[in-house]
Amino acid sequence: MKQVNAVIVGAGAAGGIVAKELATAGLSVVLLERGKWYTANDCRKDDLRNQRTTVLGNAFGPEDEGNPRVWVDPRGEAHLALASEGSYQNDAACVGGGTLSYGAQAWRYMPQDFRMRSTYGAPQGSSLEDWPISYDDLEPFYEKAEWEIGVSGDYAGTPFHGPRRRDLPMPPLPPGREFALLEPAARRLGLHPFHIPMARNSIPYNGRGPCMRCRWCCGFACEVDAKNGSQNTVIPVALNTGNCELRTECMVKEILTDDRGRARGVAYFDERGHLQEQLSDLVVVSGCATESARLLLNSKSRLFPNGLGNRYDQVGRHLQGHHYTGAVGFFEQDTYDDIGPGATIAVTDYNHGTPGLCGGGMLANEFIRLPIHMVDRLPAATPRWGVGHKKAMRAWHKRTVVIMGPTQQIPTAEGRVTLDPDVRDKWGLPVVRFSGNVHPHTFEIGAVQAERAEAWLKETGAVSTTRMAGKPETVSAGQHQAGTCRMGNDPKGSVVNRFCQIHDVDNAFVIDSSVHVTNGGFNPALTIMALAYYASAELVRNWKGTGYRS
Amino acid sequence: MVGTERWPDGRMDEIAIHFYGSHPSQWELPMSLKAKDLLLTRRELVAGGVASSAVLAAGCGPAKLGDRESLTEGEARTLGVICDEIVPGDEFPSATQAGVLDYIDRQLARAYRRHRDAYTEGLEQAERLSRAKFGKTVAELGGAERLETVRAIERENGAFFELVRSHTMEGYYGSPRHGGNRDAVSWRMLGLEEPPVRGRAQFDLRKGSSS
Ligand SMILES: Cc1cc2nc3c(=O)[nH]c(=O)nc-3n(C[C@H](O)[C@H](O)[C@H](O)COP(=O)(O)OP(=O)(O)OC[C@H]3O[C@@H](n4cnc5c(N)ncnc54)[C@H](O)[C@@H]3O)c2cc1C
Ligand code: SF4
Repeated sequence: MKQVNAVIVGAGAAGGIVAKELATAGLSVVLLERGKWYTANDCRKDDLRNQRTTVLGNAFGPEDEGNPRVWVDPRGEAHLALASEGSYQNDAACVGGGTLSYGAQAWRYMPQDFRMRSTYGAPQGSSLEDWPISYDDLEPFYEKAEWEIGVSGDYAGTPFHGPRRRDLPMPPLPPGREFALLEPAARRLGLHPFHIPMARNSIPYNGRGPCMRCRWCCGFACEVDAKNGSQNTVIPVALNTGNCELRTECMVKEILTDDRGRARGVAYFDERGHLQEQLSDLVVVSGCATESARLLLNSKSRLFPNGLGNRYDQVGRHLQGHHYTGAVGFFEQDTYDDIGPGATIAVTDYNHGTPGLCGGGMLANEFIRLPIHMVDRLPAATPRWGVGHKKAMRAWHKRTVVIMGPTQQIPTAEGRVTLDPDVRDKWGLPVVRFSGNVHPHTFEIGAVQAERAEAWLKETGAVSTTRMAGKPETVSAGQHQAGTCRMGNDPKGSVVNRFCQIHDVDNAFVIDSSVHVTNGGFNPALTIMALAYYASAELVRNWKGTGYRS
Repeated sequence: MVGTERWPDGRMDEIAIHFYGSHPSQWELPMSLKAKDLLLTRRELVAGGVASSAVLAAGCGPAKLGDRESLTEGEARTLGVICDEIVPGDEFPSATQAGVLDYIDRQLARAYRRHRDAYTEGLEQAERLSRAKFGKTVAELGGAERLETVRAIERENGAFFELVRSHTMEGYYGSPRHGGNRDAVSWRMLGLEEPPVRGRAQFDLRKGSSS
């Protein structure tokens, strides 16, 4: 196979952007994706088989069969996880990665989110750190992501956000009934509610039409293509340059290195299961936190006996997601309007500044609920089955509001990804093994966030409320998985430098959620996208036509 | 619209693609969902379009409704009793009336193959319980006896009961295409419009209902 300038592993949020930026700058690029490229014909709205409710499997990969993982409980016992089970901590496997089916909330982190340790100090037992870059470093790239991917919304209602030079390119969608109920209540509480920024067309944008406000959004692909992910924005642009080739259903096995310790390409299994080599000047890993760590750990060689970038046992550590807590409120009047995507209103007053808490998180109303979601979300005294349950479904389905949010997680070095010594996937590769759990202070913050959500619902007129603040015994990663290849200045405490370059391999990069030092109190995709633009800009700047000079 | 769905095991089912609308402006299909990509069926041509989606969504799967893919007739009878205690009939259909048995039966041959043995064992144990308590098979029990037996299953075989409870709820409240929630009965019961109103029609129909 012809050698190319760059191989990118993973056509998700970050990989798609890097492909577009490099291909546009004239580099020859091969983009390898283990999943498929779905069309609208595959995008059926199935309440039981989507990327969020996965009881009948993941709609957008991976499949249950042949893709196991292992997780270790607090008693040290190991369990097998199927790809559609929560303990698998899945994001997605398809062109677009998570962004094909995501909820598309498109948040910027706050300036404090990049210096958590300086702001709060590290709680005992945590690995809370500052990022080596600041909000200001990323700001121009946040803007670029908002305009190239396409974000609608309006920050005017709140002072709680980082400085921004330019407004969002699209206005918010017209507010629904929940917005109308929640907004005045939040104001009465002294909060600053506003429209959630969404990577969703509210008006025609980028050659595609606006959202038609269906019932099935978060977890589903959009059949009118109004939701903006890498699959309908940057990846087509990359392909149109003629410099980028996308190969789907290609599973990268390992990063190949030469005897001087530089990357020389990747080995991958093609769609027929044949092992191939693609040689390249640069390798960019964009497989999302869990799979990127696994790929580095699986890339063992004489010079890198413990995996690439893993000289100091840092790969896989500081795994984090978000600790979701909140409350359900039950109302006397209808709150449901059947108008998607549902999530419309947020407050960011609680992200920082509560004495005694290291951070906090954004709170927002939930995406439009499907009947299946209500089954276990009824008022506390409801029978779990029988005619009482059925009556309660009828009574409350249209009279419920859920407020919740992503509590910023306090990372630990022990919450991590390693390779399982025994279990292999269908290609014969060692699979991800999760161990460790969530730092206890995260639960304390989450509990306070749940009370706040409850207070907002009560002020809105809820006749009863139920708090949701569990304490899962597993690591937290899932859709918002991050960490595992931490960005830092010290090679002993991180995997990549401030430009996402692996410390001791100057032509190999990790550009995706893995490099997040901390994960903000917000959904992560826009930050992943901004980082991808930022790291690509540096990469292109240092590209000398025939190779990379750092 | 009606299209086909290919299952992981290769079989094709006719499905309703959720693209509805009452306004002609909504009938234009998204770019990659052109008619040539769809295997249009005779039913769809006869029905002549969008308004028929609800009818087609109901039990639009394999033609052989009633034929079981995995449960024996005996197992189906026992399971049906349990499912109908979990979602009993009232003004609205019960679990089995809404097709929950079809849902579970199909999934035990597909996504839930891994639970097949749990069903065999759990249903056998349910029969043992019923015989020990009342000297009858589960299907022969009267109303109050049924409830008591299902409570006993919940107590004594909690893992199995939870499995059946989840699957019953999925079948009753999930998408009709999997054999349950026949004719979207549970969605109608909850007051959800079926077929769902989307796009501009929402605003034409509900002017003033939202802020
Ligand atoms: C249902 C759902 C809702 C979500 N909602 C939101 C939201 O509202 N807002 C938000 O900000 N975020 C949301 N997210 C999360 C968001 O989608 C992810 O944070 C984001 O996509 C991660 O970007 P990434 O580039 O790190 O990885 P991904 O987008 O996951 O892309 C990684 C890609 O790499 C591929 N890959 C991995 N390993 C290999 C290999 N060895 N060989 C070949 N290919 C490989 C994977 O198949 C995948 O396609 C949601 C996710 C889901 C699933
Ligand atoms: S709510 Fe809008 S963006 Fe989301 S899937 Fe439906 S039409 Fe697409």
